Amino acid sequence: MNLFAEAFAWMLAPEQWTGNYALPKLLAEHLALTAISVLIAAVIAVPIGWLIGHTGKGREIAVAVSGAARAIPAFGLMILLVLLLGVLRIPEAAVITFVLLAIPSLLAGAYTGLEAIDRRIIDAAKAMGMTSWQVFWKVEVRLGLPLLVGGIRSALLQVIATVTIAAYVNLGGLGWPIIQGIPLQKFDQVLAGAILVAALALVVDLLLAAAQHAAVPAGLRTGSAPKRRERARSQASATATATA
Amino acid sequence: MFTARGKRSVFAVGLVAAAALALTACASSNPLDEPSDSGESSGSGDTIVIGSQAYYSNEIIAEIYAQALEAADVKVDRQFSIGQRDAYWPDVESGDIDIFPEYTGSLLEFISDDEIDVTSPDDVFAALQDTLPEGLTALDYAEASDQDSYTVLKSFAEENGLTTIGDLSKVTSQVTIGAAPEFEQRPYSPAAAKEVYGVDLTFSATGPTTLESLLAGQIQVADIYTADPAFETEEIVALEDPENLIISSNVVPIVSSDIADDVSDVLNAISAKLTGEELVALNVLSTVDQQSSADIAKKWLEDNDLV
Repeated sequence: MNLFAEAFAWMLAPEQWTGNYALPKLLAEHLALTAISVLIAAVIAVPIGWLIGHTGKGREIAVAVSGAARAIPAFGLMILLVLLLGVLRIPEAAVITFVLLAIPSLLAGAYTGLEAIDRRIIDAAKAMGMTSWQVFWKVEVRLGLPLLVGGIRSALLQVIATVTIAAYVNLGGLGWPIIQGIPLQKFDQVLAGAILVAALALVVDLLLAAAQHAAVPAGLRTGSAPKRRERARSQASATATATA
Repeated sequence: MFTARGKRSVFAVGLVAAAALALTACASSNPLDEPSDSGESSGSGDTIVIGSQAYYSNEIIAEIYAQALEAADVKVDRQFSIGQRDAYWPDVESGDIDIFPEYTGSLLEFISDDEIDVTSPDDVFAALQDTLPEGLTALDYAEASDQDSYTVLKSFAEENGLTTIGDLSKVTSQVTIGAAPEFEQRPYSPAAAKEVYGVDLTFSATGPTTLESLLAGQIQVADIYTADPAFETEEIVALEDPENLIISSNVVPIVSSDIADDVSDVLNAISAKLTGEELVALNVLSTVDQQSSADIAKKWLEDNDLV
């Protein structure tokens, strides 16, 4: 039988929906680890990214650190931390690993979002009398939101893919079928686990793509809106000249 | 939103992906299957190739085989620390590696397609001999084993009066057993222990941290392999298995059938002297005293009058 068919058969078998390693439970564990890690990473990385983007200083360091941090071998780091912190601190060791993995994308999303804003808009905001904080929150953060959501999307995908290794240190997650299936040589199980992780990543990616699209302010979206405004403006000027 | 060019490239990508998926229908169920070789014998008739796993204990045993054969004027080529079975077994099957120190039970689990219902050392050995392909022979197995166990802290055993696995039902609080992830599905899993001994155990996939978790008190029972040096260095004891729940896994030399007669005397003599305690002691010399496998093997062979 085709290995893909066997993998789907495994997924739908009733044993996989009850007990300590039921697929819904593994999914919940996977999402929980991902969410906690990305949240902590965001609390650390996003303010720093905003600071770098707002002041324009420290960009080179941020780029260098982001680049280097992406190269961390997550599995090796997690095992190292488990050895250092001890068996009673396994969840902390794993979360630290995933946080370090998520930081580069979030940092990049935060500061590129702010850097991409046209300086004239900031000048215009200041000219309108906004204070520094108002400029920051109402203009910079709002306009930088799409790229920040892009950074969140990238971080989430990386972490979802990597949380599969958490099963190796007894934290569950969708990596469990893979990690148990390989020594048992049950490749339908291994493939099923891989398909589930990939499917989760795709679903999250689509949701965040939609969020990223929605984060662009209505007036800046490409498409029919400017054309309508162009037409309305030219009609208005036509009627104005006609009536004048 | 999509331009015409965008739509076409999305369609093309989708088509390629669908084609790739369809092609995998040609794949076999086991992606790690090697295309089957007709058993070739190894190159030069003189040199015998001995392999070992990437496991220090297995390497010590392989080094013992190697030195004993060299003392018998056989030329030996050492290929140690190859990796796990997925990595080295195809070479053993094809004859590229002539001698490999293996473990009866776990090798049987690896090569057998059927359910295994034997557990005692003799039965497992006989089943292994039946299941091995034509070109391979299993020589005598040693008393030394490296098999799963239900191990507890000595203090825990004394407090609760435990000698056998069945005694675990005397413990009133929750008993958790920690082991590698695949343990949950093995024929000697906690579920099987419930059937055979009537004990209720919760499973925790502690994997690489199993020993530490036992010593830290996170789990009450641990699957510690019987050759682990911790049996000498820590205060732990393996519970007895009178119903033979756990599959035996004794040290056994797997050799290419065409050289089996030439090496059997030497290797069987080694297996006769290699007891469980001896193997644990060898492992302690490696992990605690940090001696090299060559030194450990040399001393052991001399102490046992095998060279």
